[in-house]
Amino acid sequence: MMNKITGVAPLWRNSRFRGWLFQIMTLAIVGALFWTLFDNLQVNLANRGISTGFGFLDSEAGFGIISHLIDYSESSSYGQAFLVGLLNTLLVSFIGIILATLLGILVGVARLSSNWLISRLALGYVELIRNIPLLLQIFFWYFAVLRSLPSPRQSINWGDAIFMNNRGIYLPSPLPGEGFSLAGWVFGFALVASLLLFRWARRRQHRTGKLFPYWSVSMGLLIGLPLLTQALQGFPLSWELPVLRGFNFRGGIVMIPEFLALLLALSIYTASYIAEIVRAGIQAVNRGQSEAALSLGLTRGQTLRLVVLPQALRVIIPPLTSQYLNLLKNSSLAAAIAYPDLVSVFAGTVLNQTGQAVEVIGITMGVYLLISLSISMLMNWYNHKMRLVER
Amino acid sequence: MNSSLVWLQRNLFSTPLNSGLTLAALYLLWLVIPPIIEWTFLQATWIGDSRTACQSNEGACWAFVDARFSQFIYGLYPEAERWRVDRAFILLVILFAALFVLGFRRSRVVATILIPYPVVAWLLFYGGIFGLEVVETSQWGGLFLTLVIAGVGIVASFPLGILLALGRRSRLVVVRSLSVSFIELVRGVPLISVLFMASVMLPLFLPEGVNFDKLLRALIGITLFQSAYMAEVVRGGLQAIPRGQFEAAESLGLSYWRTMRLIILPQALKLVIPGVVNTFIALFKDTTLVMIIGMFDFLGIVQAATTDPKWLGTAVEGYVFCAAVYWLFCFSMSRYSISVERKLDTGH
Repeated sequence: MMNKITGVAPLWRNSRFRGWLFQIMTLAIVGALFWTLFDNLQVNLANRGISTGFGFLDSEAGFGIISHLIDYSESSSYGQAFLVGLLNTLLVSFIGIILATLLGILVGVARLSSNWLISRLALGYVELIRNIPLLLQIFFWYFAVLRSLPSPRQSINWGDAIFMNNRGIYLPSPLPGEGFSLAGWVFGFALVASLLLFRWARRRQHRTGKLFPYWSVSMGLLIGLPLLTQALQGFPLSWELPVLRGFNFRGGIVMIPEFLALLLALSIYTASYIAEIVRAGIQAVNRGQSEAALSLGLTRGQTLRLVVLPQALRVIIPPLTSQYLNLLKNSSLAAAIAYPDLVSVFAGTVLNQTGQAVEVIGITMGVYLLISLSISMLMNWYNHKMRLVER
Repeated sequence: MNSSLVWLQRNLFSTPLNSGLTLAALYLLWLVIPPIIEWTFLQATWIGDSRTACQSNEGACWAFVDARFSQFIYGLYPEAERWRVDRAFILLVILFAALFVLGFRRSRVVATILIPYPVVAWLLFYGGIFGLEVVETSQWGGLFLTLVIAGVGIVASFPLGILLALGRRSRLVVVRSLSVSFIELVRGVPLISVLFMASVMLPLFLPEGVNFDKLLRALIGITLFQSAYMAEVVRGGLQAIPRGQFEAAESLGLSYWRTMRLIILPQALKLVIPGVVNTFIALFKDTTLVMIIGMFDFLGIVQAATTDPKWLGTAVEGYVFCAAVYWLFCFSMSRYSISVERKLDTGH
């Protein structure tokens, strides 16, 4: 006779059942929360007479923006104001990333210098800058430095070409003359030629082991050829110098103090983080690696380029990317000094004028989120590609 | 040869390039340091009641900081009531001293001492009972407000961050995807947009008639933002715990929450102390952003004071003082984090 198995746990002790129950409860709570919030939103919007939707993007903005990369005037639409803000954000982030990287690599390498004074100076830079809030640094550059420069009439003058005053920095702007575009074509040709040269040089090295002075030749091609074309044409490029007319300068390229302050603060602040990342990355490469490379007869330059850097970059690139994303997100502090970036123009002025809080904040966050997520995806792909292939 | 000469030769003049760099750096320092000392100390004006008092000297006008000092600390908190803020901070210091004496290990004691503190502090700051005059949060400001925001931010985001980190590593699909979406959403947007959302959009989501105080809205925004970053730090600690620990706890028949509370979290949290301190430093610097939504934290009140017509042209002094205070806080915290890291690094 078989006994019935009596030890079966009751349903509420089954871990899978409990898991599902817990999940359903969580979903129900979150769903109820969202439903309540959504309901409240409907009621509040109806009470305040705000109509939802993105129609407002087409109506006239009616406010000016001090700095715009695309055509924009007061009669442009809110949608165009959004684009202007977005482009300004991208502009300051892009230049900021380049400057921060250069400065960060410089300081990071200086941190590892065998020269005691240099490495101490680099350490001092990092410790000073990292521990002061970015917003304070932006204020410092904007109010204490750039806005305190002399007025346009007493501008600081560098060779009658570059002027600095409290309205910004004025640089000469290039005026391409007739036939200038030829140099561009020549540059494109040089680019293709140097790419082909690269492939040829590498194949030759694999076959015969002979090295080709690739970098100096391709630099010569890229810089020399367009320059030669220019010289043969009698330099069709001329420069338009900024000139003082009345109370302000006309002509040339102007960089407004808001832009400069944000750019300086962002690059200097982010560079202090990048410096530490670069230092850690280089230190992560075992000393034996470069010793082995040197003893194989590689030159110092080759050791750095072929052995140390590829290994260091694997450590450096992921945190570096997140610093770039931080810089992009931090550029939203522009709102504090009224540089017309995305947050300042769109989540600031447009939101105040239209009252479309939900749509405006949603779009603003969506843009940042889209950039962040796409860069993280790129990063995951890179990590996957660069991961150590172990045998 | 003299040992210091050897040191100089080795560390500063080992190669011609190094000698050149050393000389260039020394020249740079000689250009920068003397004027800074001159400006900060030798030529500075220390007392006076307006900008004109500083005009006789070339250097810094510290009289400005001196005259506004108490405002920088307390903001617009009524002068007669400022003792309440002092008491609350003294109480906190005493509590921490007591904790160090008793030792952190007695968690019951710690909990009984620390849990009522926020309530006591709130009652002291806000007032309204025991005959204390009500001080609206709009009057709170200065370093006091900065410390309140940073303190609440860190204390509130810590448990939330732990929950999110556990959620992210959970086996339950719904819980995991909710946690991941929240964390990635928050980490993908700038803090300022979260603050804008808290100050502009939050009122729209609340039932009619319910209205949060502006400070509370900012605190909610900062806490939510911070908890996503905290979650990632805690996750790092959770990932560092060997699988065997989970399996051992499970085979002993401990439930999920008991496993976490008794086995996993005590080990994981100890590992992430440096990370938590670093997050706190970031939060401390980020508190300055509340001035963009119109609150007068430490930076906000200094910034407002520099536009006072009586003290025009003292912006640099204000910023330097402000930077020095922030630097002192952040630098000492980062030193603490490094020392903990060294202590924990027992070298496996």
